[in-house]
Amino acid sequence: MPTPGRPALPSAAPATAAVSVNALLLHTAAKPLLFAAALLPLALLIVGALADTLGANPAEAMIRSTGDWTLRFLCLTLAVTPVRQWTGWHALARLRRMLGLFTFFHGVVHFLCFAWLDMGFDIDAIVRDIGKRPFILVGTAALGLMLPLAATSFNRAIRALGAKRWQALHRAVYATALLAILHFFWMRAGKNDFAEVAVYAAVLSLLLGWRSWRWIGARTGT
Amino acid sequence: MIQLAKRAHVQPAPSEITPRAVVLARRQLLQGLGAASALAALPGWAQVGAAGKPAALPGARSAVAGALTMDKLTPHKDATGYNNFYEFGTDKSDPAAHAGTLKTRPWTVVVEGEVRKPGTWDIESLLKLGAMEERVYRLRCVEGWSMVIPWVGYSLAELIKRVEPTGNAKFVQFVTLADREQMPGLRSPVLDWPYVEGLRLDEAMHPLTMLAFGMYGEVLPNQNGAPLRLVVPWKYGFKSGKSIVRIRFVDKQPQTSWERAASNEYGFYSNVNPTVDHPRWSQATERRIGEDGLFAKKRPTLMFNGYEPQVGQLYAGMDLKRFY
Repeated sequence: MPTPGRPALPSAAPATAAVSVNALLLHTAAKPLLFAAALLPLALLIVGALADTLGANPAEAMIRSTGDWTLRFLCLTLAVTPVRQWTGWHALARLRRMLGLFTFFHGVVHFLCFAWLDMGFDIDAIVRDIGKRPFILVGTAALGLMLPLAATSFNRAIRALGAKRWQALHRAVYATALLAILHFFWMRAGKNDFAEVAVYAAVLSLLLGWRSWRWIGARTGT
Repeated sequence: MIQLAKRAHVQPAPSEITPRAVVLARRQLLQGLGAASALAALPGWAQVGAAGKPAALPGARSAVAGALTMDKLTPHKDATGYNNFYEFGTDKSDPAAHAGTLKTRPWTVVVEGEVRKPGTWDIESLLKLGAMEERVYRLRCVEGWSMVIPWVGYSLAELIKRVEPTGNAKFVQFVTLADREQMPGLRSPVLDWPYVEGLRLDEAMHPLTMLAFGMYGEVLPNQNGAPLRLVVPWKYGFKSGKSIVRIRFVDKQPQTSWERAASNEYGFYSNVNPTVDHPRWSQATERRIGEDGLFAKKRPTLMFNGYEPQVGQLYAGMDLKRFY
């Protein structure tokens, strides 16, 4: 973003760098590599569970780790557009859908770990727990909000909805981000331990704050 | 063959069964022999044994009713590697990682307040105050997990009787160590330090309430509350203060650290109770650490953590939903 009173960033050197990064991002191997990398955390977790290296409470370790990775992928997904603007790595755009779907994927695995490892797939207990624990309700809502986004992530859905309506629908990801961070905050509230929550909250504030600043800027025409 | 099969279904005659008392006496004898040889092999209560392992601290099998649960013991590595001791960090792997800085000698415990014999007790004199007993207690954490731990120590009542509480002593307050030099977790504002806990005098006098100096036949590892801690098996684990430095007898119910931090979530009593949920989660079930597999269903939590026959009468007529 141009800041009043300051010169624009020098353009020559970053432009060359941006071009080479874009070339890398456009490489045919970029998507398969990202796909493999995005599956790595879960793969390592499963290996850890089988090898019994997840500590004294492997169920808790799996639930927490999958939750962490959902948040991380959410941050990565939301970072695509700002980072494109800041760096000129516009080819990042082609990875955004995969990142978004992996956010949903990790959210689903996180929920399944909770439903299976914590609740033993006891539907009654799961429903009661969602009603009882605000932070579980909020987390479930965050996941529920991602469902229509994941379901309309393919090209034909975009065409069928029309770009405008598709985009409007996919703004629900901002609500998911707010619910996700509230979920994490509430979960940690018991221990009054917000150090990690603060890191994610700062990253999400930056990413969402940048968007609202730009939006306000566009509305007021500055 | 036929006769054998038949015999298998015949009840043994009462005279054929070894009386329980005899079996227990035999066990105790064998235990005593083991303890005696262990004692002979080690130079008293050295802090750390020759191999850098904690020194042995054997105890005779406790005769206190309910003190020896038959549940399977939690593996030593889990009981010493996964626990809460916020003075060393809030993650359950933090205590084992950071408690090495705790100095457990010299160590004194101040006993004060409504007692006829206030004073400062040296750890060595507390170690000799009562006969060391081994007690196998269930431990239920308020977070929903549980363990089974063989503690070594004696009833807190032994100490209480020595200091002679006055008629005004209605509650006992326990203050634990808060030293920034030794405890990195104190930099975090998670709780108001020092960590303070409390019991009603009759709870503190109950024979199951234990002053523990060891676990698994060894002196307490730092991360588990060395050199001495409380163990109150029918209450959530946080009621059992670690690394105690002060025991104060008072006339009014003292405010505990967790009440101060979140009084709507943690009450003074904090008895294990599957019918009173924590505001943010159910307390009906628990995960037994190191025993229940990853995909095992959680086991039901027992009223007073299974110690209802021993402690139920302490709460007769009380509304446990109100006094949680």
